[in-house]
Amino acid sequence: MADTSGFIGKPVIRVDGVAKVTGAARYAAEYHTEDLLHAVAVSATITRGKILSIDTEAALAVPGVVHILTHENRPDTARWDLSYRDMVGPPGHPLRPLYDEHIHHNGQPIALVIAETFEAARDATVLVNAQYDVEAHLTDFAVARASAYDPPKRRMGIKPPQPRGDPQTAFATALVKIEAEYHLAAEIHNPMEMFAATVILDADGVFNVYDKTQGALNVQFYLTQVFKLPAKKVRVIAPYVGGAFGSALRPQPSVYLAMLAAKALKRSVRVTLSRAQMFDLSCRPETLNHIKLSADSTGKLTSIHHHAIGHTSAYEDHQETVVNWSGLLYQCANVDMGYKLIKLDTMSPGDMRAPGAAVGVFALESAMDELAYALDIDPLDLRRINYADHDQNDDKVFTSKALRDCYDQGANAFGWAKRSSAPRSMREDRDLIGWGVAGGVWDAPYSPVPTRARAELSHTGHLTIISGAADIGTGTYTIATQIAAETMGLPIEAVTVRLGDSKDPFAAPEGGSMMAASVGSAVQAACQKLQKALFKAARDLPDTPFKGRKFKEVAFRDGQMIAGDVAVPFTDIMTAVERETLGVTATVLSNYLSTQKYISYAHTAVFAEVRVDEDLGVVRVTRLVNAVAAGRILNPRTARSQITGAMVMAIGQALHEETLTDHRLGRIMNHNFAEYHIPAHADVIDLDVIFVDEADTRVNPIGAKGLGEIGIVGTAAAIANAIFHATGRRMRDLPITLDKVLYSDG
Amino acid sequence: MTQVQFTLNGHSTSADIPPWVTLLDFLRERVHLTGTKKGCDHGQCGACTVLIDGKRFNSCLILAVSRDGAEITTVEGLADGPILHPVQQAFLDHDAFQCGYCTPGQICSAIGLLNEGRAESREDIREYMSGNLCRCGAYTHIADAVEAVLEASK
Repeated sequence: MADTSGFIGKPVIRVDGVAKVTGAARYAAEYHTEDLLHAVAVSATITRGKILSIDTEAALAVPGVVHILTHENRPDTARWDLSYRDMVGPPGHPLRPLYDEHIHHNGQPIALVIAETFEAARDATVLVNAQYDVEAHLTDFAVARASAYDPPKRRMGIKPPQPRGDPQTAFATALVKIEAEYHLAAEIHNPMEMFAATVILDADGVFNVYDKTQGALNVQFYLTQVFKLPAKKVRVIAPYVGGAFGSALRPQPSVYLAMLAAKALKRSVRVTLSRAQMFDLSCRPETLNHIKLSADSTGKLTSIHHHAIGHTSAYEDHQETVVNWSGLLYQCANVDMGYKLIKLDTMSPGDMRAPGAAVGVFALESAMDELAYALDIDPLDLRRINYADHDQNDDKVFTSKALRDCYDQGANAFGWAKRSSAPRSMREDRDLIGWGVAGGVWDAPYSPVPTRARAELSHTGHLTIISGAADIGTGTYTIATQIAAETMGLPIEAVTVRLGDSKDPFAAPEGGSMMAASVGSAVQAACQKLQKALFKAARDLPDTPFKGRKFKEVAFRDGQMIAGDVAVPFTDIMTAVERETLGVTATVLSNYLSTQKYISYAHTAVFAEVRVDEDLGVVRVTRLVNAVAAGRILNPRTARSQITGAMVMAIGQALHEETLTDHRLGRIMNHNFAEYHIPAHADVIDLDVIFVDEADTRVNPIGAKGLGEIGIVGTAAAIANAIFHATGRRMRDLPITLDKVLYSDG
Repeated sequence: MTQVQFTLNGHSTSADIPPWVTLLDFLRERVHLTGTKKGCDHGQCGACTVLIDGKRFNSCLILAVSRDGAEITTVEGLADGPILHPVQQAFLDHDAFQCGYCTPGQICSAIGLLNEGRAESREDIREYMSGNLCRCGAYTHIADAVEAVLEASK
């Protein structure tokens, strides 16, 4: 038999890898049935107002067009807001596409053309003609800034920032201080897979919904509420998700519209959104940070002020944890923090990789670099001087924090000691070279709701792990396989993991870097429960070889149950107990008592090298080193990919990515990959990841902290700080496009 | 309707299709070869890359009827039974993907690049693979995978 132990922590090759390199892995738009209809949405061309009329006559005349849904002829859906509230939605009034005549943002779906072929549906959309009563709109952050407000209702999980000490006096009396504003443009998630949903209506009247989602159970919940259907009539399936980064946490109009059409026509329907329409779904909010820092002459922080304004839609109060990180990352007695929203006539922003932290920590870590120069202290030393050994926001003990090791090992790998501190002091040929550093931090929580997993052993000795969780490319299939194989003493090949089906045991949507810890712990718990069930079944046999044995004396190895010199294969036990399968379900939950005393975060130190051609304004990120402290690394291969992937997204955040809105129209104009640049091969040169040792027995049973977000936090600041070091000009507005490098005063 | 005939992944295939159907939509919706991905429909992302007579093309920018008689290879046609194509194996070995959605296009593009014979270095690979976007950011691992196959073929 192949190896049956030592899998956790090993670079096991992705178990879903062969399916992905051969094209066998199927995504939401890739399920087929006879008589499948194809639908394409029509988007509003105004930003705010009412639809007066929609003329569909010409579109209906296109050969192949079957039906056109609008707010005037849609099937009945729920009346109350609460029915449209999904598990992760913010406070407010969720958007209801095609519900009524009101337009809340440009690009809002106003009609759905349903046809026998994709081509007919797509071509007919241009013939749908809407007349509007246009109302004035506001999409310009700078104009709306004056009307910032405190969100009246907090979003679940977003703690209000708590000030401490006397920051005003400390700042006023400090000898060394800096004050600045940091602005970040709105970004679009842009997963490579376009949002799509295929609803296959089967003979039993069940809607089988293949959707692009990070939470099959969340979508099922939403659809049953909105369409007033019992749970057994709606099954949501998402075994593979072509990237999401937060955009598929909430149910998107694609799945709503596909269900609407399937219900109206009692047919199977596929809706695929266009890339342009994906710019109207969700975004990282445009955010403005105002920061003041003061320090004594030794570099010790005497005050931290961080106030942020994020944008939200007219209809919901999307909120993020933007400023709280500033009260947490460094030790400081006097802290003032605040977080407000402004309303713009856009779609609701949503969580995008490290929501809040990716923008707030950019500002804090840029400001720390400014303070280091004001003090004439090395930026890395300044962070060491202000190291936080204790969480002052919540007055809690860190379950672990190996950030000092990140500083040391990252600096070593990068060669930080060779840095000359003066800006514009490093040059090669015509390029200015800059080295920058920044820190990162992200929650390492358990899922706030219980997570369940099922383990089923078959009579052939094959183990199946089942959970309603998702793998959005993060590696959940693989780490669940590793944990199950190791716990049960089976080879990797003897384990199959099934994810992304709403009929399976509950797991929260995959987000917030909670999945590995929560599902991993649930899988481990299910396997431990299965061990006990198997032992009990074997021991209760009349002629049991385990007579008088206790469970704790038994080991599970090489596909066998072993006690002393007795070793019986699982298959023999299953035959003896005459079972086809033996299955158990386990539930894990965060330890409430532990969370009262302890708190967990993942940390990083990121080092960046840039080359700047000042004549052309071109910035190249030639090297990034990210030293990560995130507890136990379950699989260094997939873990490294999560971190490097986030670093790539940070290069985009730092240098390329922004929505460009024509405020006269209220429309995002660069809604395609040619004009909204995401990093390409040519933009990514040399990425290095170091996982420092960080043993953590308190964070959760498997000792792991999630890795989905932490790689992006602080990385853009390291790049901006490197640009300052190269050029002597401070870039406080992301993205740092070449026009800013050429013309910004800095 | 126009009748066209292709050699598709080694098999002779004929079909009656309207002239406005792209090769991408033909593959995905009409013969259900969904390994070829749709990421933008505008030739901006490379997810739909296939090999036509050994050269790499964005299939979303090609009308299917315009390639009558062509030999078309999609990701489904690369492996020899259970034996993966060397580029597929290298992607697996180097963890050159996460979500897997851009992967078929990246693999077909890499094979096209190797067929072109003009990539000599890692810098060349990065430059000539830049038409294939990967939002999971697997670029360095993709470059590792393609470089490994390039080195092995030298």
